[in-house]
Amino acid sequence: MADLFEEYRLGPGWDEMFSELGVPRPSYEALYATLQSLSSADLAVRSEVLARAFLDQGITFALKGVERPFPLDIVPRLITALEWAKVQAGVSQRIRTLEMFLADVYGPAHVLNDGVVPRRVVVTSAHFHREAAGVNPPNGVRIHVAGVDLIRDEAGEFRVLEDNVRIPSGVSYVIENRRAIGHVLPEVLAATRIQPVESYPAQLLHALRAAAPAGVTDPTVVVLTPGVHNSAYFEHTLLAREMGVELVEGRDLFCSGNEVWMRTTAGETRVDVIYRRIDDEFLDPVHFRADSVIGVAGLLNAARAGHVTISNAVGNGVADDKLLYTYVPALIRYYLNEEPILPNVPAYRLDDGPEVLEYAFERMDSLVFKPVDGSGGSGIVIGSRTGQEELEALRARITADPRGWIAQHEVALSMVPTLIGNRLRGRHVDLRPFAVNDGERVWVLPGGLTRVALPEGELVVNSSQGGGSKDTWVLAPAHDEPSGPDDRVAGRTLPQPRQPDPGPGAAAGAVQQQQQQQQAGLSC
Amino acid sequence: MLSRIAESLYWIGRYIERAEGTARILDVHVHGMLADPWIDQEIACRSLLTVMGVAAADQHVSTVRVVGLLGLDQSSPSSVVGALAAARENARGARETISSEMWECLNATWLGLPAARLRIEQQGMHAFFGWVRERCSLMAGLTEATMSHDDGWLFLMLGRSLERADMTARLLSTHADAGGSIQSWLTLLRSCGAWETFLRTYRGALDDRHAAEFLLLDRLFPRSVFAALSAAESCLADLEHAGTPGQASRAGVATEAQRIIGRARTDLEFRGLDDLLASLSTVLSNVESACSQVNAAVSGRYFRATTAIAWAPRAFV
Repeated sequence: MADLFEEYRLGPGWDEMFSELGVPRPSYEALYATLQSLSSADLAVRSEVLARAFLDQGITFALKGVERPFPLDIVPRLITALEWAKVQAGVSQRIRTLEMFLADVYGPAHVLNDGVVPRRVVVTSAHFHREAAGVNPPNGVRIHVAGVDLIRDEAGEFRVLEDNVRIPSGVSYVIENRRAIGHVLPEVLAATRIQPVESYPAQLLHALRAAAPAGVTDPTVVVLTPGVHNSAYFEHTLLAREMGVELVEGRDLFCSGNEVWMRTTAGETRVDVIYRRIDDEFLDPVHFRADSVIGVAGLLNAARAGHVTISNAVGNGVADDKLLYTYVPALIRYYLNEEPILPNVPAYRLDDGPEVLEYAFERMDSLVFKPVDGSGGSGIVIGSRTGQEELEALRARITADPRGWIAQHEVALSMVPTLIGNRLRGRHVDLRPFAVNDGERVWVLPGGLTRVALPEGELVVNSSQGGGSKDTWVLAPAHDEPSGPDDRVAGRTLPQPRQPDPGPGAAAGAVQQQQQQQQAGLSC
Repeated sequence: MLSRIAESLYWIGRYIERAEGTARILDVHVHGMLADPWIDQEIACRSLLTVMGVAAADQHVSTVRVVGLLGLDQSSPSSVVGALAAARENARGARETISSEMWECLNATWLGLPAARLRIEQQGMHAFFGWVRERCSLMAGLTEATMSHDDGWLFLMLGRSLERADMTARLLSTHADAGGSIQSWLTLLRSCGAWETFLRTYRGALDDRHAAEFLLLDRLFPRSVFAALSAAESCLADLEHAGTPGQASRAGVATEAQRIIGRARTDLEFRGLDDLLASLSTVLSNVESACSQVNAAVSGRYFRATTAIAWAPRAFV
């Protein structure tokens, strides 16, 4: 029954499943074969189960205060081992570079003195916090967790769309998506060898412990959440639970003597590492917004004194400013003396002078305009889909504040079949791999969050814009066998099975007689 | 109370726990097979069958076959479906003693089994195992809330605790046999529903010592071997005291069952962890055989022999 793919069209952009209509790429063959054997009714039932399970488990994303399930599409997205090797190397290279950049701008500032990045780009960034200068993280790590947004262009090549080194979210969906797909599509999962993603919390905990202040041998790690009304609250609980650490709110913590403490039933406990999911501006009312009620007063001073590690570090936003993004390839060459492994999407800095601005304004309908400090896809203007009037308004706004915007070429994002109604249709996707830096190496979670734009032709995939997600499968390399001390030795002898204790069985004779008795009773 | 009723209650406790434990184990096993690309299915399945006491035939063993044998085999009271049916059968014989809500729960579960098969086909195994867990928890809740905590309740709890100790010991011995890797600890802890509480207890540090310590010796986690044995022991003690109020025996304990279980518990409690880990297989098989012996001793003491006496007509010469 191939009716699932009925009237499937190859859209604009790279189709990840099909090289041409009806001909799947080699990596997708197994998945395609399994999907073909399912009827659309089967798939609809399972999709229903999937949605139900997400709702029951409370895997939600709050949008404008309303808790909504984060829709998981039932068709997974595949990435081959070879493609992944490149992504992994590229992401790791970027994070290493941005680490060095942050250490530099909040320290000696060689990169500014050498003119690689103009000083004005850094100091005019909304997320450049002078308060962070001189806060030296114990193991040199500022970006403990990063999410780098990638897309595949028309030729199928991965490109970096933006970096997230403040508080990237979405990793909980990676973990939960895999769990859920395993439960509803076991036959597909069994037919493919996929790299597991469940070790993420352990890796994160390892990195956080490694970042503990000097001299603390058994650090107390906490996850700091803004509270239950935050859109990513589900993720905070999942990470805290899977790491086995406390999930705290600002009011659970206080600072005393430049140390951070949490209030517990057994008195005060010193906190050594805080994985915070609160924005810089709200983190510490002493230094930032004085009206913040979710932060902890004195936190930054404690970090400066070296008594607590804040993860990710304060002030990281200067490194994922979208204007700085255009300088990252140059930074990679400057710090690592390497060529960038993953290219950027071609972009224009609108504050580079009137000629650039003029050039961009001439072709507004083929460009995408982004506010430099926005996140979650808000404020993005896609020229080709915007009316003339709005473009005029945008032009005025950009002319007034060219530093606030960048322009990128419009890229037709790659497409993956997605269940829409009861048919599969191509929809645009992106990919956010997550990287964890423990100070010795940058580990990239094999998988990542694939977000899919559900309306036809839509290019903005952000969850805050009503997108869905897909389980992302990184195929295991064919020759890769588990290394290290492996216990699954073939041919070892198994002990004799010991039968479970048997219960009392009614003897056959008794059953018969009880029945006879009853029949006899009836007859008289 | 009647010995026959006591026996039924004891076995309701055991079968419900067996169904729940087996469902948990299978759920984690099936998922583990899928999630780990490097696992050797054949060996993992065979080792699971062995530890659950089902003789693995020489033919090829797949996950589907394991689920068939341990989950859906109606003829075997150690499978999930078989255990639920057996529990219901025992409840039928003790219907007037247990609360009608408990009976209804067991009966409805039994009636739901055919639909559960359909559920597996449509929604996958996870949905079925989830359903089994829910039904068992419902039963546990009703037992707690609608039955007075008298002798009958003690027998039910005794059965449950004993089965629990046995189940966790079996699970641990898969691990001991496998030589022990971090991955298999993870699976093991998940099977016992202990993963999250373990993480909290040891602050995320998963290593051999901690995992073994937790599943073997933890005083507070109800599925650890030690906690289950202690619970069974206190049920036995209460049963004796309830019979003769205020007359706890002056020397030692009154029954053989108490002696056996006390020895098994103290063996765990008063030996160092290193010592226990060094001879883990022996320790575990001792626990398992203690459970069997307690079973026999309890049957001997409380349930008496209820085999029918067959009178044979015989001509006198």
